[in-house]
Amino acid sequence: MAALVIAEHDKQSLRGGTANAVSAAAKMAGDVHVLVAGSGARAAADAAAKLAGVSKVLHVDSPQYDGGLAENYTALVVGIAKNYSHVVASASAFGKNFMPRVAALLDVAQVSDISGVESADTFVRPIYAGNAFATVQSADPIKVVTVRSTGFDPAPATGSGSVEPLAAGPDKQQSKVLSQELTRSARPELGGARRVVSGGRGLASGENFKMLETLADKLGAAIGASRAAVDSGYVPNDYQVGQTGKIVAPELYIAVGISGAIQHLAGMKDSKVIVAINKDPEAPIFQVADYGLVGDLFQIVPELTQKI
Amino acid sequence: MKILVPVKRVVDFNVKVRVKADQTGVELANVKMSMNPFCEIAVEEALKQKEAGKAAEVIAVSCGPTACQETLRTALAMGADRAILVESDVELQPLAVAKLLKAVVDKEQPGLVILGKQAIDDDANQVGQMLAALLDWPQAVFASKVELSEGSAKVTREIDGGLETLEVKTPAIITTDLRLNTPRYATLPNIMKAKKKPLETLKPADLGVDVAPRLKTLKVAEPGKRKAGVMVKDVGELVDKLKNEAKVI
Repeated sequence: MAALVIAEHDKQSLRGGTANAVSAAAKMAGDVHVLVAGSGARAAADAAAKLAGVSKVLHVDSPQYDGGLAENYTALVVGIAKNYSHVVASASAFGKNFMPRVAALLDVAQVSDISGVESADTFVRPIYAGNAFATVQSADPIKVVTVRSTGFDPAPATGSGSVEPLAAGPDKQQSKVLSQELTRSARPELGGARRVVSGGRGLASGENFKMLETLADKLGAAIGASRAAVDSGYVPNDYQVGQTGKIVAPELYIAVGISGAIQHLAGMKDSKVIVAINKDPEAPIFQVADYGLVGDLFQIVPELTQKI
Repeated sequence: MKILVPVKRVVDFNVKVRVKADQTGVELANVKMSMNPFCEIAVEEALKQKEAGKAAEVIAVSCGPTACQETLRTALAMGADRAILVESDVELQPLAVAKLLKAVVDKEQPGLVILGKQAIDDDANQVGQMLAALLDWPQAVFASKVELSEGSAKVTREIDGGLETLEVKTPAIITTDLRLNTPRYATLPNIMKAKKKPLETLKPADLGVDVAPRLKTLKVAEPGKRKAGVMVKDVGELVDKLKNEAKVI
């Protein structure tokens, strides 16, 4: 039987680690199908059909999926899940929203946020903010799994699957989206960026984050933040890197004025190269940093921006 | 209207857990346990709604071993009116907890259930959504703002790209994110008063729920260690290392 991956998309293209979830699904089952639901999302469906390992895309063209509402997505997925051995989505805010709902209606467990696939029924996942990794085996007939993007490379666009229409499921009408306030930025998306510059409480104000923006733009990096910086209102919530925020693993992670609480480290310690800049030589961030520099970030960051 | 607030007893967020040498789990003996931080936020939100006249009663419920009574007493000390312990020594996985909570909801008929979005031990992020599914209620998860009206709730949610505001029909499930509120501390007089508040104990069998685990943990291992890094003396050396040693810029 095939695995079904539920795509997150913006109608034009796939988003939120969908291509990584396809890679993970290909390790669970021999064949992968992708569900793309939403109005006018044919381009995203075509993009999904090109991902390596995908034989078929089910394309539901209906506006009732546009807001990503959990109730409607669940009804749609549960209706077709019995044809599959695995139901898979990225552990993004989108996937986390409806996947446990799907699992409960199928009366199966969900395996959350996996970072590895051992076999068709055995998965590795972080627990305790990544301070331990559990290997878990599911005996359920359908495995419902969400995937940590940083654990899997995105599937390359080298395939040639088919796109088939699928009828919409019931419109539950239990909830509706009133508004969205999305952060607009020309910088790369934090979750998938190759370089990330993150700021913490040490920045002392939102105004001072502009300094990091200059550095990030020179590096082509995304901007992240610690919980302390978000709670203090320096930057919006979607900048937060950590156990309950975004999990990132870029090639280069520069932590500026971040002390390194375990909840923050949980979100970035799989980065390839970590740089820490902090005035406190005892800050825990230095324990995970490849390169540490103790000093005043207000002098170091402009100098660094100038020298790279 | 009643608000039901499920709460979980977990290893305190300040404790750095250690994996047991036999890889069967993490060391829990003599480790400080507390209410899961997201559950504290859920209790606080329920209390705020009650104080604003939107709810008549706040009921805290916990599923787990006898020691969860302490967690429930914390909720009572914060201001919850009464508590229910569904006592079980079996490992309770999210689906089992959701089924137990559904049985409690059927019994208590709350107009709203507010839960933490995630427990910081298993990091599963499932129970709220599963409970919503079993009840066929709408859900608004990862809430950073909640406004209750007659028959509906307006909830602002933290999503990957920013914020989203949903309107859900009530009864509904809401799960809390970090910035919804700042939980109050229990004062000593309230801790004393909490000891006299009602705490009912039920068993899964009383609720007719099969709580057998569905997932088998084969092993629990330490994460890979990062190799020790170096301290650089100035920006020039840092740039040199990044260019010539790490080759990332």
